[in-house]
Amino acid sequence: MATATEVQRRYGKTQRVDRWWVEPAFLGGGLLLFVIYSTVSALILGNSWHYEAGPYLSPFFEPLIKPGWVPEWISPAVFILWAPLGFRTTCYYYRKAYYRSYLLSPPACAVTEPAKSYSGESKFPLILQNAHRFFLYVALLFIPVLWYGAAKSFWLSGEGFGVGVGSLILVANAFLLMMFTLSCNSLRHMVGGGLNCFSCTAVTRGRRRVWEIQTLWNEHHRGWAWASLISVGMADLYVHLVANGVITDLNTWTNF
Amino acid sequence: MPQAHLKVWRGGNDGEYVEYDVEYEEGMVVLDVVHRLQATQAGDLAVRWNCKAGKCGSCSAEINGKPKLQCMCQMGTFEAGETITIAPLKAFPLIRDLVTDVSWNFRVAETMPELKLSPPDADGHRRMHQIDIDREQEFRKCIECFICQDVCHVIRDHPENQSVFAGPRFFTQLANVAMHPLDQNPSSATVAHGFGLDYCNITKCCTEVCPEGIHITDNAIIPLKERRVDEYYDPVKALIRKISGKK
Repeated sequence: MATATEVQRRYGKTQRVDRWWVEPAFLGGGLLLFVIYSTVSALILGNSWHYEAGPYLSPFFEPLIKPGWVPEWISPAVFILWAPLGFRTTCYYYRKAYYRSYLLSPPACAVTEPAKSYSGESKFPLILQNAHRFFLYVALLFIPVLWYGAAKSFWLSGEGFGVGVGSLILVANAFLLMMFTLSCNSLRHMVGGGLNCFSCTAVTRGRRRVWEIQTLWNEHHRGWAWASLISVGMADLYVHLVANGVITDLNTWTNF
Repeated sequence: MPQAHLKVWRGGNDGEYVEYDVEYEEGMVVLDVVHRLQATQAGDLAVRWNCKAGKCGSCSAEINGKPKLQCMCQMGTFEAGETITIAPLKAFPLIRDLVTDVSWNFRVAETMPELKLSPPDADGHRRMHQIDIDREQEFRKCIECFICQDVCHVIRDHPENQSVFAGPRFFTQLANVAMHPLDQNPSSATVAHGFGLDYCNITKCCTEVCPEGIHITDNAIIPLKERRVDEYYDPVKALIRKISGKK
């Protein structure tokens, strides 16, 4: 005879009859795939797998920081990737995704979690999630950098302006990364959510308008998160494949 | 007339699931079928209910493992012949059958800060603009069914946290005070340690199950967490507060 307490305590024990495990498995798999790909592409292969092709530079390396004192075996991506890594790791959406998929905390709603005790984000290391806004500040700086990289991809040295498939991919990627950053929950708080009186002054009325628009983007933060994650991985792969001669870029230039 | 195959928790903590076949008609909700079961086969079945319109929050239960209002769960959503398991809310002490003791929530409610309104204008009236209270009206839709409290793993899987964690229902109440345009409480009154905001790991189950569709996580908990960062974890804000002398 099962008691209510027993039913509640057993890990994974749930009376849900739907396939509750599909979503955490799918999202966890997607995140794992990206982490493996980006680690291999940007950090392990690094300099040995060309990341620049004509006017294109992989977004994992944008802006290219390659000081002379850094040994060749260290990838220039290490100067870049800490910022998006920190921003995504502390992101409110991704937290939900990996808490469910990896920490099983909980694996799904109304499905018992395995941990015997729980302190959430109240103790080290998870209390560091509160640093999200500081990674947001850095991510905001990256927006013009990514657009600069996208704009640069329309200009081939020696030939001038042109358009290639790579240029379009880098533009789409810059747009999606920008929207992921601009739909952030911390930014929502910053632009107006932290106010209690929207009507008080012309400035607060303006901030309310910005907050309302940003809220529309924020409602799709999950979508922007996944779209930008896929786009940045695909843009990196495309540039690498072109740079290493695996595929040829369709473009308007004659010598590229 | 179609038959529903029900598996209903009977008894207290040492009780068991008992299976019943109950006839139902098109358009019925789970609560209707439970009432028919009570009228025809299980006269002593304990079930709490009141309005049967999704507004009183009394008939919360776990239907096929998901916390829901019995009165808002259409029989038409189940496959023909599917076993429908109806269990009491598992985060609260069981009294009997489908009835639990939710009084912990009322004790938490007593600890919530009250609004401290700013002084009235010269004519004796207090004024607020609609744009300043639009956000909070969403929180006022709460019917206190405590389904969000039940599904929250912080207390569902770890009842020991009930002493340090107020739960999603009360985070909407805190947000209601925190965002009120006339409230004079210091921000620490709503985001202080005592309510256990840091225990929430924003996995959004409360939002998923809310029968009123309140965006508990995005519109109450995350804004409160951000205010909490302002108050306790942001050295830049702390420095600005110190220099400007603002509390």
